[in-house]
Amino acid sequence: MPETDTTFGDYGGQYVPEALMPAIEELTDAYERYVLANEDGFMDEFRERIHDFGGRPTPLQRADNLSERYDRDIYLKREDLLHGGAHKLNNALGQVLLAKYMGKERIIAETGAGQHGTATAMAAAHLDMPCEIYMGRRDVNRQRPNVFRMRINGAEVNPVDIGRGTLKEAISETMRDWATTVENTHYVIGSIVGPAPFPAMVRDFHRIISEETRRQTREQYGRLPDSVVACAGGGSNTMGIFADFTSDSPFSTAPDSNTDADEDVSLFAVEAGGSSLDVDEERGVAPNSASLSTGSEGVLHGARTKLLQNTDGQIMESHSVSSGLDYAGVGPELAKLVDDDRVTPVNVDDDAALEAFHRFSQEEGIIPALETAHAFAFLETDADLGEFVVVNVSGRGDKDLEAALEETAKRDLPNAPTMEVFDE
Amino acid sequence: MSNPAIDAAFADEPAFIPYLAAGDPSYEASLEYVEALARGGADIIELGLPFSEPIAEGSTIQNAIVRSLQGGMTVGRYFEFVTDLDVDVPVVCMTYYNLIYQYGDESGPEPFVRKAKSVGIDGFVVPDLPAEEADPLREACDRHGLDLVFIVAPTTDDERLDRLVSLSSGYLYIQARLGVTGARDDVSNETTSSLDRLADYDIPKAVGFGIKTGEHARDIIAGGADGIIVGSALVDIIAEGTETDSPTEEPAAELESLCQELKAGALEGAQ
Ligand SMILES: Cc1ncc(COP(=O)(O)O)c(C=O)c1O
Repeated sequence: MPETDTTFGDYGGQYVPEALMPAIEELTDAYERYVLANEDGFMDEFRERIHDFGGRPTPLQRADNLSERYDRDIYLKREDLLHGGAHKLNNALGQVLLAKYMGKERIIAETGAGQHGTATAMAAAHLDMPCEIYMGRRDVNRQRPNVFRMRINGAEVNPVDIGRGTLKEAISETMRDWATTVENTHYVIGSIVGPAPFPAMVRDFHRIISEETRRQTREQYGRLPDSVVACAGGGSNTMGIFADFTSDSPFSTAPDSNTDADEDVSLFAVEAGGSSLDVDEERGVAPNSASLSTGSEGVLHGARTKLLQNTDGQIMESHSVSSGLDYAGVGPELAKLVDDDRVTPVNVDDDAALEAFHRFSQEEGIIPALETAHAFAFLETDADLGEFVVVNVSGRGDKDLEAALEETAKRDLPNAPTMEVFDE
Repeated sequence: MSNPAIDAAFADEPAFIPYLAAGDPSYEASLEYVEALARGGADIIELGLPFSEPIAEGSTIQNAIVRSLQGGMTVGRYFEFVTDLDVDVPVVCMTYYNLIYQYGDESGPEPFVRKAKSVGIDGFVVPDLPAEEADPLREACDRHGLDLVFIVAPTTDDERLDRLVSLSSGYLYIQARLGVTGARDDVSNETTSSLDRLADYDIPKAVGFGIKTGEHARDIIAGGADGIIVGSALVDIIAEGTETDSPTEEPAAELESLCQELKAGALEGAQ
């Protein structure tokens, strides 16, 4: 039986109340047996369901117009085409199925952009489990279509009013629910964050993105890419597409056969630079979510990782135009890979992300999630990406239309369409 | 290895252990409130150092933490607060690990423990620090003679219980029910079964989570506990005071009288 480590170097760990520890032990055992050792054919069933219900494999598509614009080959890993419209279903389906194998009777989850909540609600309906989602009030207001989707799939949605009402508060509130209901409930955490074994387990459900990407790049381009670009909030789509390119890392569960040429693939994690990288210590506000680029080590939501915090260790209020990136922490494994210089953290601001949102929509006919738009904004910089670049299209932007148009109207973006004709 | 002041609090009678968040709603008012706890008969005071993400706390204490942080509470001010506090019972600092960790340095959490000791703190309760992650803080506490109190939950199995008992000093915090902090109208049956499981362990057991009245206190002590921990029911008094804009003396007097009721209940339970 494989044994899992609870840490990634100095990062990770299990900083949670004692009441949750027995459930964490139980989950660790289930992760080792079902996910790592495929007991009872768990992973076979997962793969079958993510294929039939989810629509995997997702395509790897050459972006002809962007390739021309940047004078290099830009390929898109189309996670926006996964059922639900984002990469999130890989993890949500995996965890809800695991909860079933564990004999749990109820599912809870937090959500920021509503994509994880939507994916969890879909997976719970598919596998016939009752489901409750916690979502910050501010996010409820800026991602309304997803609130409706969750409700239509039969999930309860509980708005969280404390604090700024974003992802951080939603995670805290879901942990409180779990502390009360832990005996029959599984908490489907939505990114590679939280106490062990969540970061490794969530990564392993998303690892299929990079498994497909390796195969598809070889089949379609004859070799692995020079660089892979993904946005990073907590970092699940990020580690999902990076996982099989980091098989030299001691924490990898990728096949050993992968190590060839891995280190020649540059990995870029694009964080939300928000409105500014400056921090207001006095007010406890960091108007960005760039914890990999600017954060410091600390403990939040069960793990030691890189955080936006003041000198006392109080967590800062983060900001991003995209709800899904608006978080003061990041996955511990990404923090470690950044320290090891394996992953390069970069960031782009709100304005650049919005501009990229419109550019990508117009050039390629794909409306990206605002989160994903950050990855595209990074292509505009003069970073050394090589000839062959894969961008993870983590999600589609339907959920963002209202927010994107509202944010666009506040700015003077050269490439934004005018909506005036419809205003009458 | 445990702290003599805390041992003494459990020596003859059941210990009454009230909790408040330091600085709620302001530094000055909070000093008066905490001193009212001592006048009301506190044997140990659990003094919260507010952390912005209190995942073990229900809405009552979450709101107290928000008020305290908005009132300007910081780690530095907290240590001043303890220095300014005029009480002659032991003080246990209740906080979350990140604040302890950030105060530390390469050597780990020791600087926080050293500073805490220098201002007169006798021990710690850290709700997000399970046995798995506790070694560095446990060692620092041992070095300075401070207690580190662990929480035992209704879900804690026997194997974990042994480990928690061996790590804990001063007392064990018996979480009366699953969930987060918050005052309740009844005493949970989970409490009795936890106390039964713990009867053979030679360490004081203090029960918390949901206790609100003298009657609860009596029943819990009669059920075999050595102490009771009460937070939210006291914080409710402060919350109401801020809503009605009452002068500090009013909530302070109410705190003192609820403490007397709780303490009397505990004593009655020990008869
Ligand atoms: C489309 C999309 N991309 C990215 C993210 C960010 O999450 P992560 O960093 O875990 O991939 C989200 C989160 O909601 C999302 O909806």
